[in-house]
Amino acid sequence: MLDLRQYDSLGAALGDALDRFPDHVCLIEADRDRENHRLTYKQFRQQAMPVAFALEDLNFGAGSRAAILMSNQSKWLIAAYAILYRGGVFVPLDYKLGAQEHAELLAHSKAEVLFVEYHLWRMLQKAPGFPGLRLRAVFVTEAPEGADIGPARRWEDCLPVKEPTFVPRTRQDWAGIVYSSGTGGRPKGCILTHENYLEQCRSLTTWYPFWPGVRYLSILPTNHAIDFMVGFIGPFVCGAAVVHLRTLRPEYIRDAFPRFRITYASVVPLLLKNVERSLRARFDELPPMRRRILDSLIALNRALTRRRPHPRLSRLLLPQVHKAFGGQLLALIVGGAFTEPATLQFFYDLGIPVANGYGLTEASTAITVNDLKPFRADTVGKPLPGVEVRITNKTPDGVGEVEVRGKTVMAGYLDDPELTAETIVDGWLRTGDLGWFDPQGHLHLVGRKKNMIVTEGGKNVYPEDIERAFEDLPAKEFCIFAANSLWPTRSLGTGESLVMVVRPDGDAADGLRDEIATRNRRLADFKRVGGLLVWESDFPRTASLKIKRPELARQIAERVERSAVIEL
Amino acid sequence: MPAKNLDEIIAEILDLAAQKFRVPRAELSPDDDFFKKLEIDSMQALDLLTGLERHFSIELPDYELAGVTDFRTLAERIQARVG
Repeated sequence: MLDLRQYDSLGAALGDALDRFPDHVCLIEADRDRENHRLTYKQFRQQAMPVAFALEDLNFGAGSRAAILMSNQSKWLIAAYAILYRGGVFVPLDYKLGAQEHAELLAHSKAEVLFVEYHLWRMLQKAPGFPGLRLRAVFVTEAPEGADIGPARRWEDCLPVKEPTFVPRTRQDWAGIVYSSGTGGRPKGCILTHENYLEQCRSLTTWYPFWPGVRYLSILPTNHAIDFMVGFIGPFVCGAAVVHLRTLRPEYIRDAFPRFRITYASVVPLLLKNVERSLRARFDELPPMRRRILDSLIALNRALTRRRPHPRLSRLLLPQVHKAFGGQLLALIVGGAFTEPATLQFFYDLGIPVANGYGLTEASTAITVNDLKPFRADTVGKPLPGVEVRITNKTPDGVGEVEVRGKTVMAGYLDDPELTAETIVDGWLRTGDLGWFDPQGHLHLVGRKKNMIVTEGGKNVYPEDIERAFEDLPAKEFCIFAANSLWPTRSLGTGESLVMVVRPDGDAADGLRDEIATRNRRLADFKRVGGLLVWESDFPRTASLKIKRPELARQIAERVERSAVIEL
Repeated sequence: MPAKNLDEIIAEILDLAAQKFRVPRAELSPDDDFFKKLEIDSMQALDLLTGLERHFSIELPDYELAGVTDFRTLAERIQARVG
């Protein structure tokens, strides 16, 4: 791996990586069961230089901003490198958002140049906000031959006329503007510097190293800070390879693990849960004797990996499971939303550690990560090397706001000095998340500051904390609120103050009552759910699948009376 | 086989979606957001696409449908593929 302390910018570090590992494969792009292409580091450079030259030709240079609006594919990374090579600032946009949201973020970011896939370009042009955009150039990828792309240029028309000029940057210069969806509210543009990225990469690869031969399967959107780091910067500065799969259909993702002998992959909790369900179903189909043998082997693996993972041993004990994942998998990285401890433990017991952690775009993504020494399913891990985490305004039980300091903390929010001043105080990033440290130095998150409930008895109750006690509830989704926060005229009561809003799976609402009552009994009295509200609409969620609690609370308060709550 | 018009394709998509996710057909309209109307998550939406591919005997790349949330736009993309 390159010694990142020696570099001032991402462009310089990536450039050296391309020269150091010329004949290693850096990118493999596949679509379903077809392989589109694979590129060596040398070929990556050859493809990026014409794009960098096209930018230079536009007088795009130090500090110029270019947005990338693409699904996961090789041109995403090539465009990003071309922007960094020219000293520019990249603005990764979430391709899953709607066209009007894309237009709004483009306007907010003041991007001058856009790299966009053809189908997204077609939709963007129809967005009401599109005519007001001040884009100097648009490069469209995958446009069919003869297609009308308006004033845009085709990616393929970037020709290697001459070697473009590299534009150096300092560590404090901006590298990217990354929009964090947060849990509700208007997206915020986090300004991340070259130092933020270089230091984040250094600390993450200390615990989760890459090397030539490692293959990372890129599933999370590359605009997501996690995939950008572990699906681009991390592997590239170590000479590893990234596999892009242009479909998210579970059957093809499943096939990709053995086909490309994947070492790491990042997934969202929803996908992880889907894989868990599918594996459990396969285990349930086994004849009784084989099932008993499997259960014994899983128990043995669990015992033997209690202190730390033993990938080779786990592969020997559970060969069929590991064969299905290609036999090379070292860890799955999970991000984006809360993951149930039971799911994390399920995979760990099979010999597949899931690197769960806690991060914010404001801190260049990861703040704490499970170091696997030993694996803990009940925490979000320990602070990464070089990242300071403290808990402030602690309650008597040690819970307080999580604050972060270090070289990975963003420079601020784009064009929002007030919010920046509120969020970063004396160098400490106020996360708005509540948590506590255990004696082993692991961070436990208990909820968002805003969602905290103070009961009549003076107890602080965190809805997310209670939701964990109800994981695997047979329902499509659920969320817990203080009744008082939904219908403020009511007074708080310790028994009836918490309402679980449930979107039932079919007609299972009756069974749910019993299940909730059973689990309630395991909770301290002030944490028990007192009422059940059946909600038929889907919960509003952010792009990273977190429930938009304030929005859901507003919908409930508008549409439902307190009398609709079924008392438990 | 004669080329299908957009209305025919929309009707077939709505039939299939109603059947697959057990939603009364009459409640579905072409301009509905299928995530909201069918109450499905992104994984179930991919399952719907696989069903539509089989029905129309075409391949619908995921990336062509990024950002598409309503039945009508979905039908337009299918029509372009059906030819």
